[in-house]
Amino acid sequence: MQIIKDIFAWMNDQLLKMLWLDDIVKWLFGRVFGISETSAAYSFLTFFFYDVIKILILLSVLIFISSWIQSRFTPERSRAIMSKFKGLPANIIGALLGTVTPFCSCSSIPIFIGFTRAGLPVGVTFSFLISSPLVDLASVVLLASIFNWKIAIAYVLVGLIIAVIGGTLIGLFKMDKYVADFVKADGEVAMEEMPETVMTKKERAKYSWQQVTDIVKKVWPYLLIGVGIGALIHGFIPQNWIEAVLGDNNPFSVLIGTAVGIPMYADIFGTLPIAEALVLKGVGIGTVLSFMMAVTALSLPSIIMLRRVVKPKLLWTFVGIITVGIIAMGYLFNAFYIYLV
Amino acid sequence: MKIIVMGGGCANCKRLLQMVNHTVEKLGIDAEVSYVTDFAEIAKSGVMRTPALFIDGKLLSAGPVPPLSEIEEMIAKANK
Repeated sequence: MQIIKDIFAWMNDQLLKMLWLDDIVKWLFGRVFGISETSAAYSFLTFFFYDVIKILILLSVLIFISSWIQSRFTPERSRAIMSKFKGLPANIIGALLGTVTPFCSCSSIPIFIGFTRAGLPVGVTFSFLISSPLVDLASVVLLASIFNWKIAIAYVLVGLIIAVIGGTLIGLFKMDKYVADFVKADGEVAMEEMPETVMTKKERAKYSWQQVTDIVKKVWPYLLIGVGIGALIHGFIPQNWIEAVLGDNNPFSVLIGTAVGIPMYADIFGTLPIAEALVLKGVGIGTVLSFMMAVTALSLPSIIMLRRVVKPKLLWTFVGIITVGIIAMGYLFNAFYIYLV
Repeated sequence: MKIIVMGGGCANCKRLLQMVNHTVEKLGIDAEVSYVTDFAEIAKSGVMRTPALFIDGKLLSAGPVPPLSEIEEMIAKANK
């Protein structure tokens, strides 16, 4: 048993947390370039290079693996599966499928329309749309790399629960009538569909590799900005400043984290390094997770997009439920943090 | 030939449109390329994944942007 434990610990440290990379970067700046290990520049540079390289490697591997899995799930297929369920199970299935069905954020509107027109309840569609940006394989493994597995798994569960509850409430509030009129099926529905083809292994590998290059091309500016901000926080901003605003002693820390995160538009990969730097500066894990969830689940551009297909009442119900859910999650994580380390 | 690119105006959609325009010019095909961003129009077509590429009313690609070589192939084939 001890051997298995040791092997797992080694894999966790060297493959997931990449401690070897940390050693190399520190050796390079400390010994080769001779930067004092107590200086702010040293903290900034080591954090920046370690994080950029680590996240790029993990990101590429993870996107390849998750695209491989996702290539089996098209929105059309997910819709067919979801329509077989009713009530709470439909919301749960919707939230789960949201995590594995691939689409870029600009496809969320056509998907919303496609689901609604096929007669799926709006609540189920929202469970799907909420969980999709919040939870995916890549972000979970990155969370495990930066924090630990318990926190990563807790994050997934909470993300799914928010999606299920959010969708269920939207269903209970009878929000179906608050979608834009053109969305509702109007007789002339063309069900244009790509011929259902089964991808060969070679095609799936090609698709997955293309996803890796596409996504890396898309997120690298966010990643550099995110790591840059994280590194600035790590190197230059005094711990007591951060603690005063976002520390556990400030009862409004979770509220502040959420409020700052909502209008921001960034990928989870750009947000993680900021989260990492904040945790290293003593900010509570719940506060940091609220900030991350607020950034990924809600953003000004996505709210504006959604406004084009739903009426204001449904839009604000959606934003309200997610905000309350994220804040509640933050306080819960801060309260039960000791069980997660 | 009528070519339609559909999408909400995101980077991927614009990339596909660019590639299509480039191909049409390169192959010297007499084609009318239009770019549809209106969600009501997209909804009517039934497409769920964007960007979508229609050639003469036939849906040839939806979701991930195909590589340039595949786009050239599709357009050349439809031109025959």
